[in-house]
Amino acid sequence: MKLPVNLKIMKVHLLSRKRQTIVAMLGVTFGIGMFILMMSFMKGMNDFFEDIMLSVTPDIRIYNDYKTDYSTSVALQYFGGKGNNLVIVRHPRPKQINLNLKNAPGIIRDLQNHSEVEVVSPLLSAQLLFNYGPVQLGAIVDGINVRDEDRLFGLSEKMVSGKPENLLMADNGILLGYKLANKLNVGTGDLVTAVAPSGASLRFRVVGLYKFGIATMDEYKAYVNLTDMQQLLGKSRDYITDIRLKMKNMERAPVHAPTMAKKYGYKADDWETVNASIKAGNLIRDTFTYVLSFTLLLIAGFGIYNIMNMVIIGKMKDIAILKAEGFARKDIVQIFLSQSLIIGFIGSMAGLLLGFLLSYGLSKVPWPEDEWVVIKHFPVNFNTLYYVVGMIFGLLTTGLAGLLPALKASRVDPVAILRG
Amino acid sequence: MQELLKAEKLNKYFHGPDTVQVLYDISLSICESEFVAIMGKSGCGKSTLLYLLSTLDTEYEGTIDINGTRVTGLNENAMARFRNEYIGFVFQFHYLLPEFTAIENVMLPALKLGNFDHEAVEKNALEKLRRMDMHQHAYKLSGKLSGGQQQRVAIARALINDPTIIMADEPTGNLDSVNTDVVFNIFSQLVQEGNTIITVTHDHDFARKGNRIIEMADGRIKT
Ligand SMILES: Nc1ncnc2c1ncn2[C@@H]1O[C@H](COP(=O)(O)OP(=O)(O)OP(=O)(O)O)[C@@H](O)[C@H]1O
Ligand SMILES: [Mg+2]
Repeated sequence: MKLPVNLKIMKVHLLSRKRQTIVAMLGVTFGIGMFILMMSFMKGMNDFFEDIMLSVTPDIRIYNDYKTDYSTSVALQYFGGKGNNLVIVRHPRPKQINLNLKNAPGIIRDLQNHSEVEVVSPLLSAQLLFNYGPVQLGAIVDGINVRDEDRLFGLSEKMVSGKPENLLMADNGILLGYKLANKLNVGTGDLVTAVAPSGASLRFRVVGLYKFGIATMDEYKAYVNLTDMQQLLGKSRDYITDIRLKMKNMERAPVHAPTMAKKYGYKADDWETVNASIKAGNLIRDTFTYVLSFTLLLIAGFGIYNIMNMVIIGKMKDIAILKAEGFARKDIVQIFLSQSLIIGFIGSMAGLLLGFLLSYGLSKVPWPEDEWVVIKHFPVNFNTLYYVVGMIFGLLTTGLAGLLPALKASRVDPVAILRG
Repeated sequence: MQELLKAEKLNKYFHGPDTVQVLYDISLSICESEFVAIMGKSGCGKSTLLYLLSTLDTEYEGTIDINGTRVTGLNENAMARFRNEYIGFVFQFHYLLPEFTAIENVMLPALKLGNFDHEAVEKNALEKLRRMDMHQHAYKLSGKLSGGQQQRVAIARALINDPTIIMADEPTGNLDSVNTDVVFNIFSQLVQEGNTIITVTHDHDFARKGNRIIEMADGRIKT
């Protein structure tokens, strides 16, 4: 192999101190390997949490926000407040509020014609109690149109037994979370009695069990037909409290939510606003990973800096000879900088491989048995971006670490050394 | 005869804690195929002058022209290139690169120059080593050679680019009498072939082989 002369010298230098070279490479390898592993794992975790979050959060939720505006009160008329009379009302309470969306059918029709909305799912939700012997278990029961809800959250994929459509066929059917069903000691086909806050009660037949992998869904939630819920609460067929939307492109939800809120006069929350804390968590994990990996690489960089400095101190005479032979400063920089870059390049490549193997291994490790989380293995995201970033990181740190000693070498005054 | 090297009014100062002048108004000129020996007491400035002439030291007053080129004030890159092409240097200490074989040491300046491909350079280097009677050691690591052998390799290295001027700073200063004779003979031979040589030496026998002796004292040329 006929390398250019500077690289030939570089090669001889590297090979003449193999052990040092390998140690320097290993530093980079571990730094990059850990970076890949941590990024892949952290991103896997983030994806996992985000998936779970998204599996129960609609892109946009439109609802009637409970307002606490007590600037006017009947107390004023009651006490005949006139002129200088001051009437102070402490702890005012509303007489009656309806949390429903007025003109819900109109809004739903309008939304269904919206070009960017994919699914519109109306909801009437209530806190119901289930009787289990003398014990009463509370749960949030959602009255829904099961076909819409299925398209919204993919209910059919979450079923343990039965099918969501069973709701439509059975009279007073109910879908229970598998944990709630366990607690109530019922299975598909059994009857459960639900009691509304008003005292009205209705018997439902269990037509399916589902499992989301989230306690709030599996233990404290059930689904019934919207009409059954309206009947149980004694409300009309138009009475609904929420409209949930799935957008064709969920990233557009934060754009549309405010316009919808304005248009219909109700509150509209998008998924990003609702789950801001999860986003913040992701950001913190990402930052943490970058800082830690950067530290590892910095240490590797210091190692290289140290080694190259020692090499150059030991090679003063050689540098002087090369200069006397006619090698210019830029040649000397090239000879020594390329040594660091080769260490960085080979070290990084090995690091990428190490990182891949470690994260692949991790993705095969079973997740500790846990009834709250449905996950079989450690979540790992194999994104090529991390490998590119890792490579750039590796070359950059080793390049910088090698640059200072190389520049120092190029400034060696040959006369001072050659005169002995 | 054509003038190859011309130095005018060279003044050299060292700036330490206090500034000392070690060369005073040195002017000299050297013609093609001349063998010039620079002699003088230790510390009179011979090495300093040689480093100036060889372009390795660039901090001086005055001007130096070699082969028609004003080397004074050339930029670092051009200077390195010039040195590579036109000047061959032999030091008192053998100064080879220890991790490289003898022939690699000889080849490096030629590979740097890049006028010939690797094969041609290797052939040429082997030829130069043969002239030094070192060809049988060509592929040994230079660190494993004796002092005299190393100095012969160093001379072969100085010759590899067929330099216009060969400069040597006490090339035999570190050798025993046998090796000194060997190096003397090599230099005599080089002179006969028409090479231009400037050498610093303490050895009168060696100096007498040359066409001209430049005597120095206290940073000046004695006339
Ligand atoms: N870096 C320096 N700083 C200050 N003075 C220096 C420096 N280098 C050399 N000198 C001085 O310059 C003078 C000339 O030194 P030089 O090495 O040229 O002498 P020389 O004639 O080659 O002697 P020798 O025969 O012993 O090799 C000496 O007096 C020396 O002390
Ligand atoms: Mg000297």
